[in-house]
Amino acid sequence: MRRDVRLVDRESRICENSAHLRHPGVDALKYSIFSLIGHALSRERWPLAWRSPEPAKHYDVVVIGGGGHGLATAYYLAKVHGIRNVAVLEKGWLGGGNTGRNTTIVRSNYHFEPNAHFYEYSLKLWESLSQELDFNVMYSPRGVLNLVHTPGEMDAAMRRGNAMRLNGIDAKFLSRDEIASWIPNLDCSPSSRFPILGGLLQPRGGTVRHDAVAWGYARAADALGVDIIQQCEVTGMRIEDGAVTGVRTTRGDIGAGKVGIAVAGYSSKVAEMAGIRLPIESHVLQAMVSEPIKPVLDTVVTSGAVHFYISQSDKGELVMGGDLDFYNSYAQRGNLPVIEDVVRACLALFPSFGRLRLMRTWGGIMDMTMDGSPIIGKLPVKNLYMTGGWCYGGFKATPASGYVHAWTIARDEPHPLNAKFTLERFAEGRTIDEKGAGPYPWAH
Amino acid sequence: MMLIPCPWCGPRDQIEFTYGGDATVRRPASDAPEPEWVDYVYLRDNPCGPLDELWYHGAGCRSWFHVLRDTRTHEVLASAAIGEPFAPGEG
Ligand SMILES: Cc1cc2nc3c(=O)[nH]c(=O)nc-3n(C[C@H](O)[C@H](O)[C@H](O)COP(=O)(O)OP(=O)(O)OC[C@H]3O[C@@H](n4cnc5c(N)ncnc54)[C@H](O)[C@@H]3O)c2cc1C
Ligand SMILES: [Zn+2]
Repeated sequence: MRRDVRLVDRESRICENSAHLRHPGVDALKYSIFSLIGHALSRERWPLAWRSPEPAKHYDVVVIGGGGHGLATAYYLAKVHGIRNVAVLEKGWLGGGNTGRNTTIVRSNYHFEPNAHFYEYSLKLWESLSQELDFNVMYSPRGVLNLVHTPGEMDAAMRRGNAMRLNGIDAKFLSRDEIASWIPNLDCSPSSRFPILGGLLQPRGGTVRHDAVAWGYARAADALGVDIIQQCEVTGMRIEDGAVTGVRTTRGDIGAGKVGIAVAGYSSKVAEMAGIRLPIESHVLQAMVSEPIKPVLDTVVTSGAVHFYISQSDKGELVMGGDLDFYNSYAQRGNLPVIEDVVRACLALFPSFGRLRLMRTWGGIMDMTMDGSPIIGKLPVKNLYMTGGWCYGGFKATPASGYVHAWTIARDEPHPLNAKFTLERFAEGRTIDEKGAGPYPWAH
Repeated sequence: MMLIPCPWCGPRDQIEFTYGGDATVRRPASDAPEPEWVDYVYLRDNPCGPLDELWYHGAGCRSWFHVLRDTRTHEVLASAAIGEPFAPGEG
């Protein structure tokens, strides 16, 4: 029951030279309650969710990086633009980078317009992604609540909340009493170490199961004919007459009509292969979980003042995080002072959690830009594109990033949603600095 | 836990220090062409390996100095006063 996959978009320039038929994707079984029951009864093996093909000699588009952003790029190239002769090259395993290390919070509570529109589009895609991919990504709109502790923060929260509403994004201000009755284990007493004055809530914000995002996009892209190639590190780029024509990898040279970079913390390293310096530094961000317990927290709580956020996973662990470690790093692990800070903030806000044991901590490499906003677009080498500079908030961007990155690659021009996120904005003085922190990448 | 070797106070707990970033960026002349300024303000090598970087001993002698540290392992390879080269094998 193999399905032939053909190029559908005959008009696209990219497709013209690649009219050869590609090997078909796996027989994409529809996941449903019926297939679940059927397999439970028959004990038949489930088909693999994606193939592991040998790399071909040439692809219309090579996407570097098999995290959510790279896989989403490949999926939308195939789905929306009919460009199916595509490979995703991943040096490790799918989602082994930040996609599988993040704390899974999705939201669109931004102030500046380019960010607000972009992240809101992403949130809209999250809402229907499980249906789109036929893969349960467990989008849980449990709300994201930003606590307000000072009058200054109150002004900023009101201003941001109003900006969100003007942009058509849901935002609601909660009083201290409303918060206290909703989240009983949060210390809302006036005598607490960090008294709570209220909070800005985005009800549609929440969490999404991170691994499922990588797997869901991988399976759907593979079914459309995309080659997903793991254990394949890109080590160099072939550039002729100012245009990229292929990549060098640990599994041989691969020709490419176009190349998209989606490597998060390694953006500088991969761009350097094309002779490009980026306004990015790599920093380590840590997160941690407690032992699993029964449901105690049904929303995401964050505090900008004490640099802390927390939610409870479906497994019951309390998932916590805070600041960067504040020094350049590619180590994917951090040091104890930040863990201590996070735990201290947790206990100040949720004293009862002091009875829990911390179970695991880990780190991921953040691509911190000089203005805290991403870079999605064309690079100064022809046919080379990137989506990166995600800082610590790129998981929620995954669907929109893939969507506009694919668009930019297919049409060689940006989608309106990423038109402002150019690399050139730094030289042009058009930075998008949500926090107003200036060109100190670890300060965003 | 990282121990940062202050050239004056010796190795001390990282929480006594503030990070100052890449020590190799150089401020251009005030009349330098714009691309040099863009370079200085925004672009970084961001090496995956030894990085020459600034640290400030705020909870100690309150001096800035520079450290050679491997960004892959966090291993501190050397440290020196501002304007002085790293002594080989020191640190
Ligand atoms: C602790 C932590 C908490 C976070 N919390 C949140 C959160 O709550 N909400 C949110 O929105 N964001 C969060 N983030 C940020 C988010 O995880 C990232 O921005 C996002 O996942 C980036 O996705 P990606 O696909 O670009 O990167 P990745 O998933 O890192 O994928 C990049 C891939 O590229 C591969 N690669 C690198 N170099 C090469 C090469 N030369 N050749 C081939 N492959 C290569 C890597 O192995 C990696 O798999 C958090 C991050 C961390 C670390
Ligand atoms: Zn000192």
